[in-house]
Amino acid sequence: MKATPLSNCERRFLLRAIEERKRLDGRQCYDYRNVRVSFGADRGCCIVELGKTRVLAQVSCELVPPKPNRPTEGILFFNLELSPMAAPGFEPGRQTELLVKLNRLIERCLRNSKCVDTESLCVVAGEKVWQIRLDLHLLNHDGNIIDAASIAGIVALCHFRRPDVSVQGEEVTVYTPEERDPVPLSIHHMPICVSFAFFQQGTYLLVDPSEREERVMDGLLVIAMNKHREICTIQSSGGIMLVKDQVLRCSKITAVKVAEITELIQKALENDQKVRKEGGKFGFAESIPNQKITAFKMESAAVDTNNVEEQAEEIITKADPPSEVFAKPILHTPGTAQIGEGIENSWVDLEESEREEAAEEEGESEVTVFECQKMETEDTSTVRETKKDEPIVLSDSEEEEVVILEPEELLKKTRTQTSSKQENTSKKAFPKRRKKRAAR
Amino acid sequence: PRSAGDTSVLAGLYGPAEVKGSRELPDRAALEVLLRPKVGLPGVAERSREQLLRRSCEAVVLGALHPRTAITVVLQVLSDGGSLLSCCLNAACLALLDAGLPLATLFCGVTCALGAAGAIVLDPTRRQEQEARAVLTFGIAGAEKKVLMATTKGSCSVEEMQQCLAAAQRAADAIFQFYRDSVWRRYSKS
Repeated sequence: MKATPLSNCERRFLLRAIEERKRLDGRQCYDYRNVRVSFGADRGCCIVELGKTRVLAQVSCELVPPKPNRPTEGILFFNLELSPMAAPGFEPGRQTELLVKLNRLIERCLRNSKCVDTESLCVVAGEKVWQIRLDLHLLNHDGNIIDAASIAGIVALCHFRRPDVSVQGEEVTVYTPEERDPVPLSIHHMPICVSFAFFQQGTYLLVDPSEREERVMDGLLVIAMNKHREICTIQSSGGIMLVKDQVLRCSKITAVKVAEITELIQKALENDQKVRKEGGKFGFAESIPNQKITAFKMESAAVDTNNVEEQAEEIITKADPPSEVFAKPILHTPGTAQIGEGIENSWVDLEESEREEAAEEEGESEVTVFECQKMETEDTSTVRETKKDEPIVLSDSEEEEVVILEPEELLKKTRTQTSSKQENTSKKAFPKRRKKRAAR
Repeated sequence: PRSAGDTSVLAGLYGPAEVKGSRELPDRAALEVLLRPKVGLPGVAERSREQLLRRSCEAVVLGALHPRTAITVVLQVLSDGGSLLSCCLNAACLALLDAGLPLATLFCGVTCALGAAGAIVLDPTRRQEQEARAVLTFGIAGAEKKVLMATTKGSCSVEEMQQCLAAAQRAADAIFQFYRDSVWRRYSKS
């Protein structure tokens, strides 16, 4: 689908509003939208909502051989996908610039900051390490994908539990979740991205731009920071020129926001942990609030299947019986059999060409049957000995000059040592193929 | 999003919208279904399910009312706890309803698992599916409960299949009632 372009009057309206320090949703310049974190039933699955922007994250793990130049470290793999349901402009299978930029940012934020300890993912040095795979899906695009994605990523990594492994000398045992409780990943710190949108050559600044604001912005500054006020990644794009104290001011704002968001994340993780421990119901089915008008829940309903057998029997008896299958094959000559009648040859009916065609088909079909059955079949176009050990020489029997030999000559050929029963079955397959060609 | 126990599928729909040149059909809408798994890239299994869903939806959507347009249904698997295909079918139908596209009938999906002794389990969990001898999924359409789509995995006799189908048709009643109730609730405050 094509994305609807932004009209000029909308653009002017947004820019004028920003000059007057007003935002469309009523926020202040430095206000974040509401962040909501909900967890799925699987470990490592979460959905983060930043206003209307929604990102689904799932972490999974696998045992693989390590990279040759890093034999004692585990492997981290990040993948962000823009689902076509997120915005009308997103199409499947198209590697847009935006996707590449987002993927790179996520990688830098989560991998290069070394927030996950990769040394602890090693099981047998040089042979087996854990590969942790983080899949992010953007479900709805309302601006500021990178923030939502980074929050979702780090929350999913904190939520995930990998199977427990024990190494005794040469033996490695991977325990299932039933045998031993899965083990969390070792996470040093939680880097979170905060985005700043600049307008009018850096004069005006907005935190957490919405989709409309993103379309009219001049440039974007992304700072990834953890709650210890360490900057993990910083990226400025769009060609705006920033003054030093602007950047410093942004980083101060980031520190405040990151502290708030980290607290929210911790609370959400604790809640989920509590619910799981107490054995309550968890998962998306529970976290979608009941009170919303767009949510509807129905308890599992029993379905009355009492008279199902009688009903089914009735249907079967009333139905027509299946049509008769083909009768027995008719053996014309040794080497040629026929099942069924086949349909009329709808090609132009010249006698000679028909015979030649039949010869060609027979030769060809035999060759094909030979190939698929991998048994030695007779080539009716040339006289040759078909002893079991001799290699079959396939003459070019596909030419039109080939003519079927007289049936008596067929008897002269030596039989292979394969039993005649097997020959029969191969011959059964052959006329069917022949019919196919005739009916073409 | 449509949740059944632990299975959740989120459906999004765009359409009828402009379509790129080659996909354009002169007399009806071009319907496309995209199914995205939670982990990994979409593979062959997803493609075959997409085609099943696409054909079921095409049979029901009145495409002739919107020629030379494209309708895109995107399904994202949020969690898979069994009966995934029927959950996708239900999600697709609700998405079509919510978007206001003209449909000939409502449709729903029901999954049955056949145990070793012939016991029928409707809407099986993942464990029940794995232990079953055969798993059958039916797409049931309309008030007459006609069969829109049927796909099976495993082997079962003709009688057993008819029994599962009859059970699925009974279950379809409950699902259609759920559709009606949720749509009523959604629009009750306007």
